[in-house]
Amino acid sequence: MHRGKGMKFVGDSRVPATREKFIPKDYSEYPGKTEPFWPNFLLKEWLVGAVFLIGFLTLTIVAPSPLEKEADPTDAAYIPLPDWYFLFLYQFLKYDFASGDYVVIGTVVIPGLAFGALLLAPFLDKGKGRRPHQRPIAVSMMLIGVISIIWLTYEAVAHVNWEERAEMGKIVEEVEIDQTDPGYEIYSNQSCINCHGGNLEGSPAGPTLVGTGLTADEIADIAVNGVGGMPAGQFNGSDEELQQLAEFIASYSEEGGH
Amino acid sequence: MIQKLYDWIDERVNITPLWRDIADHEVPEHVNPAHHFSAFVYCFGGLTFFVVVIQVLSGMFLTMYYVPDIENAWDSVKYLQTQVAHGQIVRGMHHWGASVVIVMMFLHTLRVFFQGAYKKPRELNWIVGVLIFFVMLGLGFTGYLLPWDNKAFFATQVGLQIAESVPYIGEHLKVLLAGDPEIVGAQTLTRFFAIHVFFLPAALFALMAVHFVLIRRQGISGPL
Ligand code: HEC
Repeated sequence: MHRGKGMKFVGDSRVPATREKFIPKDYSEYPGKTEPFWPNFLLKEWLVGAVFLIGFLTLTIVAPSPLEKEADPTDAAYIPLPDWYFLFLYQFLKYDFASGDYVVIGTVVIPGLAFGALLLAPFLDKGKGRRPHQRPIAVSMMLIGVISIIWLTYEAVAHVNWEERAEMGKIVEEVEIDQTDPGYEIYSNQSCINCHGGNLEGSPAGPTLVGTGLTADEIADIAVNGVGGMPAGQFNGSDEELQQLAEFIASYSEEGGH
Repeated sequence: MIQKLYDWIDERVNITPLWRDIADHEVPEHVNPAHHFSAFVYCFGGLTFFVVVIQVLSGMFLTMYYVPDIENAWDSVKYLQTQVAHGQIVRGMHHWGASVVIVMMFLHTLRVFFQGAYKKPRELNWIVGVLIFFVMLGLGFTGYLLPWDNKAFFATQVGLQIAESVPYIGEHLKVLLAGDPEIVGAQTLTRFFAIHVFFLPAALFALMAVHFVLIRRQGISGPL
């Protein structure tokens, strides 16, 4: 910065009163067709940005962001899965040499070495040459790193049962159960409520009865004869009551959805 | 009118040099895709910045609805996603932006690496860049928990186990992040929220500022 006697400032500030003319910088280092950033190049950048933004917005509309059901810490059957950019680490920790007693190798040693080398790359690769073929070691290390990350991610993705996951994470809609319905009275007086819950929502002893897709006749049959893990003879009452109960449950079998 | 306003401010504050530093420079031929199409590889850094801006803006709008507590977090996200006008798009931008920014940053890193652009005198800027990469991964990790759905909860549990496995400091690290040595719960959510919305963005902005000042200082690396 220019300083010294004879300089005039605006008021008592440090802003000089007379401006020096703009001296263009020396671009002889890069001979060729340079272009001013403002406004020529920026305009082109904006065009690229606009196209990018349109593509991006299309993505957000075509593929709404996923939301699974609310976190349930008691859901022991849930298989955790990280976001895709951590899948390589997730997969890596599955190998024997990087898990169990050796988990420190998988969580600290190898990632630490890899990211440490990345961080300090300029000091590990000190040669003058910038072209890839002038620094074979650095370039091949990076290629190995990139390929292993891609391969590990691929392995992780290939081992996930995506349909099962979608089913596991699905949001189960809570359905308003009409508790004044005469069918509900029968339901709660029979044993059904003990296993299938006060709102047909299910319990550890029996699944939800909402959205089963069953018809009234099928439900009546199950109530009497049982199904799978449900014992037979759960219902005892008149045929009329059975009919009413089955129709009551069937009225919720299309909701929520399986 | 605008020119007068500008002159008035400029006389008092001398903003022209500032403005110069930001926008008044030549773009060399070898980075201009209009001259060499292969120069599109130089776009990834700019696109990373662009997506960061999208993340900041969409994130600001998300916090207008999001409630960082375990009773309401999930419901607030669901409400935003299904009931609020354009809520799905705002959340979608933040959700997909998180992935796109990682992709763009990865490509930018590879470009700089394979061109050897981190060599003298640009070592410092490379280090700052790698730190930005870490901060971004941290943002991705902490942001994943915030919707408080099953996927978020269980992935975070695994992430915390990984933190715990670090020798000596593992336990402390886990408590620092989760707020409790055992439970992933209310404390964890508020901590992740604070880290995601205040701590890491502050670090990110500081690092980005240094990154950009260094680029303007040193200029873009010459052609290979
Ligand atoms: C001892 C607990 C128990 C009681 C009591 C019980 N259920 Fe079940 N129920 C089950 C179990 C367990 C299943 C799942 C069977 C399987 O698929 O393996 C089941 C399945 C069903 C299904 C089929 C659901 C589907 O998704 O396919 C219906 C319908 C049903 N029960 C109705 C009833 C009715 C009506 C009553 C009362 C009369 C009743 N249950 C009482 C345990 C019970």
